[in-house]
Amino acid sequence: MKNANSDIMQYLDGMEITSHEILDKVENLYNNFDYNIYTSENVKKVLNKEILDLNDYAVLLSPVAGAFLEEMAVRAKTETFKHFGNTISLYTPLYIANYCENHCVYCGFNCMNKIHRAALTEKEIEQELQSIAKQGFKEILLLTGESRKKSSVEYIGKAVTIAKKYFSTIGIEIYPLNSDEYAYLNKLGADYVSVYQETYNKDKYAEQHLLGSKRVFPYRFNAQERALMGGMRGVCFGALLGLDDWRKDAYAVGCHAFYVQKKYPYAEISFSCPRMRPYINNSENNPRDVHERQLLQVILAYRLLMPYATINISTREQKSFRDGVVGLACNKISAGSKVGVGGHDGEEKGDEQFDISDSRNLEEVKEMLEKKGLQPIFTDSQYLI
Amino acid sequence: MKDDKLVIGGKQFNSRFILGSGKFSLKFMQSVIDNAEVEMVTVALRRANIGGQNNILDYIPKNITLLPNTSGARTAEEAVRIARLAREVGCGDFVKLEIIGDSKYLLPNNAETIKATEILSKEGFIVMPYMYPDLYVARDLVSAGASAVMPLAAPIGTNKGLRTKDFIKILVDEIDLPIIVDAGIGRPSEACAAMEMGVSAVMANTAIATAGNVDIMAKAFKNAIIAGREAYLAGTGRVLEGKAEASSPLVGFLED
Repeated sequence: MKNANSDIMQYLDGMEITSHEILDKVENLYNNFDYNIYTSENVKKVLNKEILDLNDYAVLLSPVAGAFLEEMAVRAKTETFKHFGNTISLYTPLYIANYCENHCVYCGFNCMNKIHRAALTEKEIEQELQSIAKQGFKEILLLTGESRKKSSVEYIGKAVTIAKKYFSTIGIEIYPLNSDEYAYLNKLGADYVSVYQETYNKDKYAEQHLLGSKRVFPYRFNAQERALMGGMRGVCFGALLGLDDWRKDAYAVGCHAFYVQKKYPYAEISFSCPRMRPYINNSENNPRDVHERQLLQVILAYRLLMPYATINISTREQKSFRDGVVGLACNKISAGSKVGVGGHDGEEKGDEQFDISDSRNLEEVKEMLEKKGLQPIFTDSQYLI
Repeated sequence: MKDDKLVIGGKQFNSRFILGSGKFSLKFMQSVIDNAEVEMVTVALRRANIGGQNNILDYIPKNITLLPNTSGARTAEEAVRIARLAREVGCGDFVKLEIIGDSKYLLPNNAETIKATEILSKEGFIVMPYMYPDLYVARDLVSAGASAVMPLAAPIGTNKGLRTKDFIKILVDEIDLPIIVDAGIGRPSEACAAMEMGVSAVMANTAIATAGNVDIMAKAFKNAIIAGREAYLAGTGRVLEGKAEASSPLVGFLED
């Protein structure tokens, strides 16, 4: 296991080493990104361009662009509608295990926290999935903590196999794997992979990830590429905004996704938008805090950079914000979320990773979408292997 | 006009308007179909939630010919798989072949499309391939057994209009199958222009779904397509073709 003094660029035994070409490009852009150089003229010019590049994207993340949220929103809404019509995809997450071998100082699941740990048995997974399917969901996101020992690839494979009986679309949000392991899970029925880099600032990354294989920065960074090499249809990107400078991290997320799409043009790209919530008493004090306004700026910038990408909005955000961004820039929303282990069919078996801010069930979310003139979509992909 | 039918795979249609269905609420389906007076509606098989909620197949009236599309397919193999699934769930033999390996521009992969057309036409499907307008590819699609050819006017969802007009015209002139303009048409006037130059039908989705009033826009497209077809059948004034026509012979001065 890595320790707090180890080099975060050093791979561990068994980790597949792939090209650092994209990492080098993103790092270079990240290091040279100075968001204070832009003017409102730059923003206006970008908003009139048809297809945005990474320089334009940089402009949209600048402090000066913060005054153009309405204009960005108008354009984002048009793009979202052009690409997705009024459709909004629905999914729900199922945590099957919360054991973790990493010490990420900000995370509720980290291995130093004395929380109630659990891994669902196959029978429990089946019961949970049946209960979720009964509600009408056709897309499921299976999650684990990051423990290869307690939630092995084979264990996750069994969960995917069971899920395939009930769902047309299966995503996984687990620890990063080698490409052959992704191929194994893809053959069993998983098509989408989410891995979040948390922060692209290497020094901060080293400070925040003290123990565990997650400490290896490039192995995590290249997870999406390995997933695509393993045959997955789509990959999701994100940073934990607020962990470090959110403008720089959001910039790196966009650059990362941009280059992966360029290298794997068929890949379905998506973004998730987790953030550290600012302390209430501390509000407005820290320019790095990510309030709803800042989060919206990032989401709108993602949409304008990649009009065709899926943008998820999770239950980490409150109802009013979710209702506001869905259809505007986000085209995918979760409902009936539980973030402890299990919990869709009876009691949760393990503690939660974070608090959810929107506890509405599927029917309530559907009703909200329909009231807004949006169309809830249960299935939008097919397993084709 | 009464006898002017669109014939695809041996089936006759009075309407030359094909409606895409993926971008507006299902509850509007019936009224959009009524206003558009369409007889054929595309449906993405990946949206078919058989036995579940909001299943698009439950919203399309029985008298409408289903045109399942293979959206989501990145290769010929995946498209073939989707077409077979569509047939299994009762969508019939028509298939709109859509093979896209680029998530950014959503342009069709012509080479894979030819491969899949060959396989599916041998299996008895009525194959309507979506393609980038290229004469050689169109000829190969004919040889592969396509029942129509569906060139794009502009990239999907862009509402940019007839950007590939000259190349579509070449297909109209050279290919003995219905040429159906598929993606990119943004306004009824563009649909009308496409029909005027002789395409057999027009498909539209985003232009209607993104309109302020989908019903009225559906009707506007219907009328534009009829007007364009009538203009084509009437024969447009030759001045529009870039040629002058004198009212008396220009060589009438010849005396012997």
